[in-house]
Amino acid sequence: MNQKSKSRIPEMISKRESDLLADWIREQLTATTLRSDLMKESELREQSRRFLGLMIRAASEQPALNDINAPAWDETREFLSSVSRSRAHQGFSPSETATFVFSLKQPLFALLRHEFEGDPKKLADEMWIATEVLDKLGLFTTEAYQKGREEVIMRQQQELLELSTPVVVLWEGILALPLIGTLDSARTQVVMESLLQKIVETGAGIAIIDITGVPTVDTLVAQHLLKTVAAARLMGADCIISGIRPQIAQTIVHLGVNLTDVITKSTLADAFAVALRRAKLTVARVENHG
Amino acid sequence: MERIPILKMGDYLLVTIQVDMHDRLAMTLQDDLTDRIATTRARGVLIDISSLEIVDSFIGRMLGNIAAMSRVLDAETVVVGMRPAVAITLVELGLSLPGVRTALNVEKGMSLLQGVGAEQENLNGRGER
Repeated sequence: MNQKSKSRIPEMISKRESDLLADWIREQLTATTLRSDLMKESELREQSRRFLGLMIRAASEQPALNDINAPAWDETREFLSSVSRSRAHQGFSPSETATFVFSLKQPLFALLRHEFEGDPKKLADEMWIATEVLDKLGLFTTEAYQKGREEVIMRQQQELLELSTPVVVLWEGILALPLIGTLDSARTQVVMESLLQKIVETGAGIAIIDITGVPTVDTLVAQHLLKTVAAARLMGADCIISGIRPQIAQTIVHLGVNLTDVITKSTLADAFAVALRRAKLTVARVENHG
Repeated sequence: MERIPILKMGDYLLVTIQVDMHDRLAMTLQDDLTDRIATTRARGVLIDISSLEIVDSFIGRMLGNIAAMSRVLDAETVVVGMRPAVAITLVELGLSLPGVRTALNVEKGMSLLQGVGAEQENLNGRGER
């Protein structure tokens, strides 16, 4: 510990900041992991400059370099996580992102070698400290990158959920809910909520649930459907289930699911015709007087 | 004691629940409503629950009971304005209120009652009164 606190790295890098930065940027620009297609050179320069500056400040505030979780490193960590998050969004791979930190090793080590040329013992000690710090920062970057990616996945999941349950207004007072994909409990909940919300908004009296795009119907899916129908009925809207394929009709009967209380139609068109009749509307062909 | 007002509009009774129901209030409403149906010989009851945000199984069952009791007293019940969250809760509780008519709002509920009333007039000959 005593030896570590006596490390001359902070003092050294702050003295040679501009050289180190220049070396580091040159290193990054020539590296094979450079993604000039994803990121502008000016941005890279700016990021490198800021990171080095923050690191020097943190190192001078907290001479024991090995604890990057100390409050002195707060800003550095924050900056690194914002960098890796933005890189995750830009499409960098994890190793490309971590290289940002690891690529600092070579110029830093060169600097150390130059500084402690006559003192191999001291050189080895300082080298170890530098490696430890940079490794920790690199791992931290990877972790932050992972977190950024997870956020992207979560958001996409949420969007997918919302996208896959559109409620469309077919006519005044007639709603349609084309369901595509497997219905599970979480999705049914979203479907139910968006349908009921739309019923409130539009004051629709009839809702058509079209299950043409639902690949399989098991007892659970049927149960979810019935729940949705029951909830809509409680609010005062009738539901029609349409798009039942012959295969699914067979499954439903074999499973013993009771759909007798619900109006079911094989196609959306049939269901729409029923809905129009309920709404006391008719569709007529225009007489051609030509 | 706290009571939910029951308004008489022509042949129909109008109940607007604007406070969160607790069990005693629900029981009082049940008593009052059956009394009023009997004394006014109402044809229909419209219960507006658009301000009701919380339901439990007891209130759900009470709504069903009121509908069943009114039917025994020859009055149809329509529950109107149920909120989505309330509907989902009731369904999850397994209370889909099979005997209760529902409508989106008071206006639609009223026209539903009138439609049902006209139908029954033809069937049961209640029109002479």
